[in-house]
Amino acid sequence: MNIQTMLLQLGGGMMVTVEIFVLTLLFSLPLGLLVSFGRMSKNGIVRTISKVYISIMRGTPLMLQLLVVYFGPYYLFGMKISAGYRMTAVIIGFVLNYAAYFAEIYRAGIESIPVGQYEAAKVLGYSQAQTFFRIIFPQVVKRVLPPVTNEVITLVKDTSLAFALAVAEMFTMAKQVASAQTTVMPLMVAGLFYYIFNLLVAFVMESIEKKLAYYR
Amino acid sequence: MENQDQVLLSIDHMKKSFGDLEVIRDFSLHVKKGEVVSIIGPSGSGKSTILRCATMLEWMDDGSLSYLGEYAAKSENGKSVYQPKSELKKLHRHFGLVFQNFNLFPHYSVLKNVCEPQMLTGGADKETAEKNARSLLARLGLAEKADAYPFQLSGGQQQRVSIARALALSPDILFFDEPTSALDPELTGEVLKVIRSLADEHMTMVIVTHEMQFAKELSDRIIFMEKGVVAAEGTPEEVFSSDNARVREFIGAIGAG
Repeated sequence: MNIQTMLLQLGGGMMVTVEIFVLTLLFSLPLGLLVSFGRMSKNGIVRTISKVYISIMRGTPLMLQLLVVYFGPYYLFGMKISAGYRMTAVIIGFVLNYAAYFAEIYRAGIESIPVGQYEAAKVLGYSQAQTFFRIIFPQVVKRVLPPVTNEVITLVKDTSLAFALAVAEMFTMAKQVASAQTTVMPLMVAGLFYYIFNLLVAFVMESIEKKLAYYR
Repeated sequence: MENQDQVLLSIDHMKKSFGDLEVIRDFSLHVKKGEVVSIIGPSGSGKSTILRCATMLEWMDDGSLSYLGEYAAKSENGKSVYQPKSELKKLHRHFGLVFQNFNLFPHYSVLKNVCEPQMLTGGADKETAEKNARSLLARLGLAEKADAYPFQLSGGQQQRVSIARALALSPDILFFDEPTSALDPELTGEVLKVIRSLADEHMTMVIVTHEMQFAKELSDRIIFMEKGVVAAEGTPEEVFSSDNARVREFIGAIGAG
């Protein structure tokens, strides 16, 4: 097997990896904001539910969570699980897990904004929604970028856990090719792929940080 | 409505506690159009709490509050009963508040800080808001700073921007909560100059301050607060020549008597 065929095989896995990555961010970033609202809610029940949710998501292995999302519908409701559900289950599992981490990052950011910002907006007649989306949230984004970057980089590497549901992402393919051909080459290529992917992530996040450096 | 004796702000028998701590015991204040009232007194005497209750950042426990005869809260059975939120929101247009720490929006340029409130809550279109903002900034000596961001400005300049931001909504009455306490003496001067010019234009103002000399020369009326009650009240001459031992002591200590 030549390098070209190997890359071709890995290429399919790369696309799956990128797909998991993009979809997870797309849904978990906004969901995390909702969860952080719940975590800071004045309503004790909502607050407790959010706390328990975050605690479970952070306290158990993501791989186990993926298995629960995939097999749960069958064991709990006797639903028939189709093969097509695999990728969906991976996305649901990742989104639920990452939303919990993002929620705590948002909370830290929101709570770090001085109360004077809320008071100034209130006296000027801003509604609660206007205060949050125009005054608070933009400042939160700037403050949470470094920890969010950390999570996003972790996510790139975590995508390999999708193998637990036999979704053929990058690393699954690399292992298959490696054992079939008895060579570590595919694993090295996979490592290089993750590294370059993360260089790109770091570059993008850094340029966003630079863009937001116009104020302090 | 253009009556000089029109009462813009009425506070009657305000009471406010934080937990067991009684911060305001019984406070009443009536401010007429064009009046400048200064509230002075030692730290912890409740001065800032009065402003925070008057601007509805805090709710009183008891007492009533009204702007131009429209009630925000009435005292009923020993408790303040507030109007519904939608009604309270309408009362916000009557007043502005200048904070000790400026509280400018750091991610907005100076111009946007002054423009956006006009557009969001004052119903102005972009052109009108910008024209108004630029003329206010020019008046306060900040014409060249319109495109700067708050962190690029000195404390005095930031405070002047926050005054412009409050004025842009054309409030009937403007509150100042220790507007110069975060500034060094040099910067204090430039902010006091602005407040003085507003007084010359008969802007109605209630000022909580530690600047005794300034309060003395600018105010129509001075209120000396201590431990949640008014210890002395009157014209600057009356308060500064008060027989009240505590007042004399305080003014003596500040060195402006």
